[in-house]
Amino acid sequence: MKNEELQELIDSWSPNLEFTEEGSQYLNVTVPIEELHAIMFKLKHNDQTSFDYLFCLSGVDWGEELGVVYHLESTNFRHSLVVKTQTAERENPVIDSVYDIWATAEFHEREVFDFFGIKFTNHPNLKRLFLTDDWDGFPLRKDYEDNINMIIK
Amino acid sequence: METVTANSNFKSEEYFINMGPQHPATHGVLRLLLTIDGEIIKKVEPDLGYIHRSIEKMCERDSYQQIVHLTDRMDYLSANINNEAVCLTVENALQLEIPDRVKVIRTIIGELTRISSHCLWWGVMGMDVGALTTYFYGFRDRELLNDIFEETCGARLTMNYNVPGGLMFDIHPNFVKRVKEFITHFRTKLPEYDRLLTNNIIFQKRAKGVGVLSREDAISYGASGPVGRASGYSCDVRKHHPYSALDKVTFNEALRTEGDTYARYLVRIQEMWESMSIVEQLIDNIPEGEHRVATNAVIKLPKGEYYQKVETARGELGVYIISTGTKSPYRLKFRSPGFSNLSLLNHIAVGGKIGDLVATMATLDLVIPDIDR
Repeated sequence: MKNEELQELIDSWSPNLEFTEEGSQYLNVTVPIEELHAIMFKLKHNDQTSFDYLFCLSGVDWGEELGVVYHLESTNFRHSLVVKTQTAERENPVIDSVYDIWATAEFHEREVFDFFGIKFTNHPNLKRLFLTDDWDGFPLRKDYEDNINMIIK
Repeated sequence: METVTANSNFKSEEYFINMGPQHPATHGVLRLLLTIDGEIIKKVEPDLGYIHRSIEKMCERDSYQQIVHLTDRMDYLSANINNEAVCLTVENALQLEIPDRVKVIRTIIGELTRISSHCLWWGVMGMDVGALTTYFYGFRDRELLNDIFEETCGARLTMNYNVPGGLMFDIHPNFVKRVKEFITHFRTKLPEYDRLLTNNIIFQKRAKGVGVLSREDAISYGASGPVGRASGYSCDVRKHHPYSALDKVTFNEALRTEGDTYARYLVRIQEMWESMSIVEQLIDNIPEGEHRVATNAVIKLPKGEYYQKVETARGELGVYIISTGTKSPYRLKFRSPGFSNLSLLNHIAVGGKIGDLVATMATLDLVIPDIDR
């Protein structure tokens, strides 16, 4: 499917989606947190989109907001889509897990939790992945400070 | 043969053991928490982070030239391909026109890296299932490739041969001759691998039907590289999103449908043949020209997001850069193939025996620094 067709189709599912192609080789869609799981489920199971391959899941600290970026591809149609979601809640950020849609998300979400402190609801085993359990803070956040281990240039 | 269950007083109970972080079959510092009942595996939980260096955080303070040097510390057996991935991302973002000579040399070196990585994997795979000889065969052939790399760029493992804009040096005058010699040599040696291990009945019994991964699960778990292709999932980045000179060559994507350990083994063996064929198609026709185009001393990517995927020896490596227009990325994420491939270990190992787990893990071909980053 072409990007325009994809945009038209997905846009008809919900009025709250924002699309952009600016500054990216993929079509980007920003989804509100409350609708994330439902939209993701549809993206995978709709016959025309069929995004069955989640090839990258990254946490991003946008400064004000914390967000997650999902890179999706369809192994059938070979089209791609980037889904973004974010929350302004920095103290207790919570996003729905998509582990039940793509199994690979289980590890990737644990990594995001480890580095950004974003909690994923319904995740089967949400605990730190790389760092020790008693680690203080979330290192990939922009406001993280560690005067001993970090070399600031 | 009929199995007789002895009527014993032993109670069956689940217990927990550690495998690693210093277990030889984990090839590095990976720790597996195993829940087992007798010898049957009930649950495998990987414990990661023993070699975590937070490369992604380091990238946020480094320049793009420096980032290249960090990437060969991830999957050190695919060092050249990792370097290439970052260079391609930067070059695409800057819309640099890369000379054909660079593209062809990058592809040749990339495929040689793949052969070298698979040689090491094959040697160690044999060793893991108890065939020590393979180790020496594999390292014998890999040594020749390391010599070529050393002559080309001065390093044998962490090459740093790619820089944004091209290659650090032009190829050595002996390069073409030595690569051809290697291909001639390896074409006679690869059949030995089959005679020694592939057709060995003991090995086949250890590998066939063990650790079966279905196509649907392979996609859902984000499997890539030989792990995905052994399950019939066509996931070769070189085919679907060709980069460098890979659109100029013809090769077959190694695909199997069984999805078991033996299929993953056969895929890698076939890949070595295909890689040799790619190198042969290019080695006589390296275009003349510059080995590097000039870039600014301080590279600043335009504001935006860039994603580049390449096929390393282990699968799909993704480089995701978010730039705000400064000299360092705002955020850089490496989607490493080993990380996703490891996540399906529990799924395919449960129900098997500990010996099967070792064989299965050997064909996932995990490199721990690639997973921990």
